[in-house]
Parts: sequence; C-alpha cells; structure tokens
Amino acid sequence: MILTQAPPRLAAAARAVDIWKTYGKEEAEVIALRGVSISLQRGEFTAIMGPSGSGKSTLMHCLAGLDAVTRGDVYVGMTRLTGLKDRGLTQLRRDKVGFIFQQFNLLPTLTAKENILLPLSIAGRKPDQEWFDRVVDTVGLRDRLGHRPSQLSGGQQQRVACARALVSRPEVVFADEPTGNLDSRSGAEVLGFLRNSVRDTGQTIVMVTHDPNAARYADRVIFLVDGQIIHELRDPTADTVLDTMKRLDTIPAVA
Amino acid sequence: MFRATLKSLLSRKLRLTLAGLAVVLGVMFVSGSFVLTETLKGSFDSLFTSAYSSIDVAVEAKADTPAEETGQIAATVPASVVTSIRALPGVAAVVPTVEVDGARLIGSDGKVVTTMGAPRFGSNWSGEDSFIQLREGRGPQADNEIAINAGLAKAADVHVGDQVQVITRQPKQAFTLVGIFGYAGGKDTMSSAHQVAFTTPVAQELMLGERNVFSSISVNAAEGVSDEELRDTIKAAVGAEYDVRTREELEQHSEDQYASGLDFFNKILLGFAAVALFVGTFLIINTFSIIIAQRTRELALLRAIGANRRQIIGSVLVEATAVGVVASSLGLASGIGVGALLGWVFGLLTDLSTAGTRVPIAAVVSAFAVGIPITLFAALLPALRAARIPPVAAMQEAATADRPLTKLTWSGALVTAIGVTLLGLGLRGSDAPLALIGGGVLVSFVGVALLTPSLARPIGGGVGRLLSWSVPGRLGRLNSRRNPRRTAITAAALMVGVALITGMSVIVSSVNSTLHEIAKKDIKADLLVSGDWNGSGPRPTFDASILERTAQVDGVTRVIGEYDDFAEVTVGRSEPQGDYTMAFTDLPGAVDLWSMKTVSGDLSALSDNQALIDDDRAEHFGLKVGDTATVALGTGSSHTMTISGIYRCDLMEGWVVPASLINEFAQTDPMYSSIELAQGVSSSKVKAEINALFADYPEISVSSVADLVDEATSSLDQVLLMIQILLGLAILIAILGIINTLALSIIERTRELGMLRAIGLRRAQLMRMIAVESVIISVFGAILGLTVGSGLGVAIVKALESEGITTMSLPWGDMATYLIVAAIVGVIAAAIPAIRAMRINVLAAIATE
Repeated sequence: MILTQAPPRLAAAARAVDIWKTYGKEEAEVIALRGVSISLQRGEFTAIMGPSGSGKSTLMHCLAGLDAVTRGDVYVGMTRLTGLKDRGLTQLRRDKVGFIFQQFNLLPTLTAKENILLPLSIAGRKPDQEWFDRVVDTVGLRDRLGHRPSQLSGGQQQRVACARALVSRPEVVFADEPTGNLDSRSGAEVLGFLRNSVRDTGQTIVMVTHDPNAARYADRVIFLVDGQIIHELRDPTADTVLDTMKRLDTIPAVA
Repeated sequence: MFRATLKSLLSRKLRLTLAGLAVVLGVMFVSGSFVLTETLKGSFDSLFTSAYSSIDVAVEAKADTPAEETGQIAATVPASVVTSIRALPGVAAVVPTVEVDGARLIGSDGKVVTTMGAPRFGSNWSGEDSFIQLREGRGPQADNEIAINAGLAKAADVHVGDQVQVITRQPKQAFTLVGIFGYAGGKDTMSSAHQVAFTTPVAQELMLGERNVFSSISVNAAEGVSDEELRDTIKAAVGAEYDVRTREELEQHSEDQYASGLDFFNKILLGFAAVALFVGTFLIINTFSIIIAQRTRELALLRAIGANRRQIIGSVLVEATAVGVVASSLGLASGIGVGALLGWVFGLLTDLSTAGTRVPIAAVVSAFAVGIPITLFAALLPALRAARIPPVAAMQEAATADRPLTKLTWSGALVTAIGVTLLGLGLRGSDAPLALIGGGVLVSFVGVALLTPSLARPIGGGVGRLLSWSVPGRLGRLNSRRNPRRTAITAAALMVGVALITGMSVIVSSVNSTLHEIAKKDIKADLLVSGDWNGSGPRPTFDASILERTAQVDGVTRVIGEYDDFAEVTVGRSEPQGDYTMAFTDLPGAVDLWSMKTVSGDLSALSDNQALIDDDRAEHFGLKVGDTATVALGTGSSHTMTISGIYRCDLMEGWVVPASLINEFAQTDPMYSSIELAQGVSSSKVKAEINALFADYPEISVSSVADLVDEATSSLDQVLLMIQILLGLAILIAILGIINTLALSIIERTRELGMLRAIGLRRAQLMRMIAVESVIISVFGAILGLTVGSGLGVAIVKALESEGITTMSLPWGDMATYLIVAAIVGVIAAAIPAIRAMRINVLAAIATE
C-alpha cells in the first residue's frame, strides 16, 4: 500500500483508485480486478506483469477507457473516466491515449505515413511537422513512409504502430504485448525506442507483457496475481524480474 | 466430410441468410406468377360455373357468314327451334336468351357510357335466378321498360324511375329504368361488362334485328336425364347448324378463351422473375466467393489433413444445395402468399370474385427446378476457386494477393462484343426472334459484369472522391477499392435492374416525344370530332350540316369533314381485297392539317375517277401514279380509278377518293371532323361551344388534339410505371447484395474496426465510413446501369425508326432521379451493416484473430 500510494495529482498521467472489475453474475461471477489502486507517473515507463488470467490486460483496458470498471475511479490526466459515455470515452482515447497492439493493427489501405497520422486525421487536428519528423526519425521509418503495411516487415509495422501512438502526444501510451509477434531483434528495437521516447520526450508508457526481457526496459514493474497488485520493482533487470516471477506464488498481497 | 460441411454451414447461417434471401425472392416471383395466374383462372372458372349454373345444355347458332364470324351481326336461333326443343323427351325447361354486345346507354351527362373494352350487353329479361339478383325495382314488363346492372347504373349515374336513352342497332330510344340488378356474390358487374335488359321482343328487335329469334337457348334436363344424353338428343333434333354444349363444355369453352390471355400474362411475369433470378445469381456468386475467401484457412486445413479437391468442391456444393432447398421452399411458401394476395387485389380492382387460392404443380416444380440449380450454378465458380487453395495456406496469413484483372477484362470485352452483336442482329432483322434480342441483352449484361472489376477503380474512385472530404469518407473510399471484384459484382447486380429500367425509360420517352413532335409539327388540327364505337355495327356519324355550323363558331378557321367507307379493291388480276376508303370535304385542307406529304403525283385535287393512296399501299399493291385499280364502294357501285398521287403520312392511311363519291358510301354522313382554330383562341371554350352542337349525338364527342396526345403518353407512362414496379424486385435483390457484401466485409475487418474505435473513431464516423463505401457501390452500379441502359434504349429506338419512332429522347430527369435514388439506396443499405459494425465490442474486436 505504501509503495502504490498516490503521489501528487499533477504528476500522475493516469491513475486508478480502488477499482474492481467483475464479469458475469452471481454464481458465474468472475472477479478480474480486486480493488487495484495504481498511479502512473508522468514520464515513466511502467510494465505490468503477471501470469495468464491475473487481470493485467483488464487493468490496462480499464485504464485506457476501453473497458468500464465495476467499482472505483479511473483518471487519465485530469479526466475522470467513470460515468463517461461512449462519445466521451472515444474522444478521450482519441486525444489523450495512444495504443500499441500485439497484432500491429494497421489499416492495409493506408500508407505508413497515413497510418501514423490517422488518429490526428480522425480528430481533425493538424500534425505538428517538427514533432512528426522527430517521431519518424526515432522509429527509423523515414524511407518507408510511402509503403503500405503489406510491404513492411513485422518489426517495421510495429514501429509504424508505435509512431501512430506517439504522434498525437497522448497523456499515456498503452502497449499490449507489443513484442509478442516479433522476433527478438525487432522486439528489442521496438522496446528500445519506447524507452527512448520516455527518456527523451517524457512520454508516459504502460506496457503489459509476460516477457521478463521486455519488462527490463521499464522503469518500474508491477506484478499482478488474481486481480491484485502483489509486488513492484524499480529499475528492474531481467534477473530480478525473473526472480520475482518465480516467487510470485509466495509473496503475500501488498494491497 | 459431410458432417464437417453441415457444421460449418450452421455456424455461418447468418452469412448465408442474405444469399438465400436472393433465391427466396426470385423463386417467390416465379411461383407467385404461377399461383396468381392459376388463382385468376380458378376465379374465372368459378365465374363461369356460376354464370352457367342454371343451364344444363345450351344451343347456339354456328356463325356461318363473314359478318357473323367477325361479330358484326350475331348468329341467331329461330323461335321454331325453341318450340321443337321444348317437345323433345328429357327436356324439363327451355329458356331462350338474347345477349349481344352493343347496347349503349346514355348517361346523365348526355354521352354514351363507355367501358374499357368490356362488352355492353343488351339482353332479354328472363327473371331472377341463382345468378342474376334484383337489387332495386323490378324486371322490365312493358316494352318501354328496362333494367340495368348496378355497375352500369353507377357509371351512368341513373336511378330507378329515370327516363334513359339506349342506342342499339337502332338509333337511340327512350326507356323507363324500372330495375337495377347485380350478380351472385354481390357483384355489380360480371368482369366489368355492362348489361341492359329489355323485354324479350324489344331485345330481339333492338339487338338481333328481327323478332322471334334468339342468340342462344338454355335447356334444363328432366330428372334422370344426364346433360350428355340431353345434348345428344337435341343435337340429333336441331342438326349441324347449331352448337349444342353441356354446361361443362360451355365452362370449358369460356375458360379456354381466357386461358390464352392468362398464359400471356403469366409469361410476362415469368420474364420479370427471370430478371430477378439473374440478379440473384450475382448475389449468390458474390456471397459464396466472400465466404470462401474468409474460410481460406479452414479449407486449406482440410486440404492439409488430407481432403482432396473433389471433397472441397463437394462441400461447397452441398452447402449450396442446402441453401437452395431451404430458400426454394421459403420462396415457394412466400410465392403462394404473394400470388394469393395479388389475386385478391386483382379481384377488388376488377369486381371479379376470387375463388380460393390455387397452387398449380407448376409452381411447386418450378420453385425447386429453378431455385436449386441456380444456387448450385452460382456456387460452382467459388467452389472451383476453393479447390485451388493450396494446403500451405493454412499456415500463412489469410491475405490473398490481388490477382491481375487482365484476363477477366479481356474475356469481359469479348463477351460484351458477342452480346452486342447478337443484339444488333436481333434488332436489324425485322422478323428476328425475340429470343435473339433477349439473349443479346443477357450476354451483354454478363460481359459488362465481367468488365466491371476493371472499371471499379476508376469510376468508384471518381465517385468516392466526391464523398471523401472527411477522414471517414476517405477510409470508406479506400475500402471500396480493396476488392474490386467484390465491389464490381455487387454493383453489377444493381446495374442489371437500373439498365432495364433506363432502357425502358429511353424507349417510352422517345415514343412520347415522337408523339408530341408529330402532334406539334404534323397535326395542325386543334380539335377532333369522333364517335364512340365498340368495334361492331356501323360507326356513329353525324349530320353534315353541323360541319357548316361548326365553321361559324367564333375562333374556328377551318373545318374538314371526313367520310369513311370500307371498299373492295381489285388491282390487275389479283383477288379483290377489303380496304379503307375516305373522302374529305376539303382535300387541300386535309393535306395541310394532317401534313400529308407528296411522294409522287399531285395531292392538291382529285377529279372524278382519280384516287390517292399512301406509300405503304402503293408498295403493297405495286401501284404507281397513272396506274388504275377497281374500287367497289360500300353500296356496291364499282369504279375504275386512276392513281393521281401517292402520299406519306404518319396519321392517315387508305384510299382517298373524290368527295363526289360520298353518295355511294355505305354511310353518307361524316364520321370525323378536324377543326383548326385561330391563333390564341382558348381551345377549351371553343370545344364547349362545338360540343353543344353535338348535343343530339350522344356517341359523338369533341376532344382537343393536345388532350389525346397526353392521354396516349400518360398510358405509356403507366406502362413504364408497371415495368418499374416489376423490376423493383430485381433492384431489391441488388440492395440485398450490397447489404450482404458490406456485412461480410465488416466481419472480415472486425479487428480493423476495433482498432479504429480504439484510437478514437466515433460511432457516427464509423457509420459514415460504411455509408460512403455503400454509396460508392450503389452509385457505381447506377452509373453502369444508366450507361448500359441508355445504350440499349438507343439501340432499340434506332431499330424502331422504321416503325415511326423518329425522335430520340433521353429522359435526363428520370436518369438523374435513378442516380439520386441509387445514392439513397446506398445509404439505406449501409444502415444494417453499419449498426452491426457500431455494436462491435472494441476489446473483442481487437482480440479477433
């Protein structure tokens, strides 16, 4: 509890206060999240880890406004998500949140550049050319902008997806197993510039993963078991993460 | 394998529903046509059954003179036959009947009451029976009394106790209306016919021209005597001059007369059903293609674990058969419903009491014989494609590379060329079979459909550009280009319906403008005087003195009287031939008013024994100016006449003889008059004044040329409307096709839609994206349809040039309407898929494989 206590409000890019998420009713009820409270510091790269079914994806979906919590409050920046209707949530996702998916999820009809600018086009916002150039150079796609997804490798596609998430300068970028579909070299590249964008531009990133190697790129790793946060590591290495995972069953819940 | 097929079929029943719906609608049209025709036939049968219910055997005279055969004079049975039949053994009762067309009652407006071609019977009153029932008053007892049927009473606006006038073979006579009657089943008319019932002697005199004759005799058999026995007894007694028929034979005879008309009606409906099925075929092909594209992995997996190609084809065809059987059954069921409904509506509109719905075997057989093979045929191409899926596709991303369209485009061009050639041949030869034209149209459609994929990008892109001012619009446009084949075949289905409607519109609009053109250019007459005539007996005439009185009406500049006769013409040694002959009070005036053009000779004047003929007749008889022909006029006097001129006219044909011969015509009074008015005179005011001059001639009416043209064009417009309604079903099926394609595409793109929603696409924007894709497809289809349809229409109008359709007119207004309707249809078709897409759960969608 002490470790996850809410820091000063303005510093949090997103936070959850005692959120519960249940599916089904009565006997068939499944509790995915049990009173999770978490604050995501601005400019920090957080990894959420846990075994399958631990609720790590649910937590991310709730934080990102993709899924509604059963109880508790979620804030992105200064916006309280609880009670927002579809329109409000859509607008929040459009303006304040970026997504990176495991499956890349690019539009095959659009070029790489068009895919990157898609969230801004949907919102009807003009891209900031300087920022766009910086993002494109960070992910190293300068010479691939006119290509369609089918002409790009998996790693390149995921880099386009990363650029798409970063280009609108969201409060927070959520990445769901971003390296799950990539070979280790491409995975390392993607993770590398996710970390760089945190270091260099102060972008807040939350990543769900079950890969200790991926988690070591983060500033902070949060471990989830049975819908509860049970441990947290700062400045992890692959070894400390692996170590913690091995001991997950024996660590008592912190919350 | 079979089990696997059925399981996969059931798991995708939603996707197959729309494809099945196309078959359902097509089959519904086919079986509905049969049911409607059979139900109407049944209704006519029961009508005759009730009309003949009080008769066992009927005796009629055989028509043995030409006049009797053409119905100009009714064949009669003398009263002596009645007496001799009455004396025969086995006869219980004899009812001699007079019933002949041609009793025209003058309504309260002073004009003859007309029907739309239905007979106006004059008959003798033989009391009420199971068929005829008095509604009001009583039957005629005195010679100056009549009873009429309720339908006529309504149309004429006359009531029991009124004095009414009736024109028969005799000039009009006044009667007291003493009764109004109806028919079994509460009907006001029997198939819209009017009936005036007189006392027997009056009916004989007015309708048959002499006393003591009848038009038929109804005989009832004594107890224990069969109809057939009675028929044979009577036949033996009256001889071969008379037709003797039992009730059953009578019913059959009448039914046979209706059967051919109904048969024709049925064929027309089936023609439209064929169009609907043709369009449905596109939809089924497309659905199966998409489903197979989406199942590539599943099918490849089957191949990988050892299924051979034949089994793959088999599995698709089994699926198609299942869809075909279910859809045909549903189509049959709804066809029976629709047929019954239309039969009922028809009954309401025509006063025909409908007997229960009848389902002929043909409806059942055709439903399955059409529905199942069409589904199988449509599924065959996709099945063959399915068989070509390599097993390795199971391990790869399901993305199928775009195959080049070159081969498709070339074959499309070839098929189109063949179709156009067939059509050209069909339109050129005047006696070419209709099948050649129909086949040409069909093949051309298939050809253009094959060309559509390569047109989809340029045209669809062009349409899309107009709609892609926003990001959703742009995404929709890009989506419509993703699979040109899919877009194209969906649009092609719409093209067929739109093309046929456009083609018909072009023809109708050209005919209409030709009519208007002729009216404007060639008819200088403003008013026409003519009589009501129902095809038998002499045409009504009026006194020649009225022509002079007409000329004195203010605003009238020219009046020309026309006298007509039916003459026998002999040219050289050929057989004499009946032909139309006419004479004008003012020949140069007629030439001017009707724009008769000189082909050769001189049209300005005729001296004795000179005649003019039209160019068609000149060719037919092989006559030139200066040749002679023998013309025997109506009264029998014969003249050898020299052809002094040959004319060409769109509105007039026949032999024009000098006015001096009018006295030798069968009718020496004028039948028509053409009136020219001074410029700027109100034609309605003059028309009323001239109408007043004909107050004593209830059969004669004055109409303005403009009204006549409008009447003709508006009836053509009604035909067009009917065709549009019947083709509406083909359009409806095409709309289903758009819905289907979009719905299947959305299933395919679930994950993409989820991503778009996740990164902030609003629901309204999502709907707009899908609507744009839909509108691009529908407008693309409409543009193709308008182009192909105009081409078709123009070709047919060109071919009809020799038939007098000389003005080509493209109905731009209608065509613009079709385009706008197509766009609206696109929006409507997008609604269901868009709502489905909107409801997609973002989380589930992203997780979709």
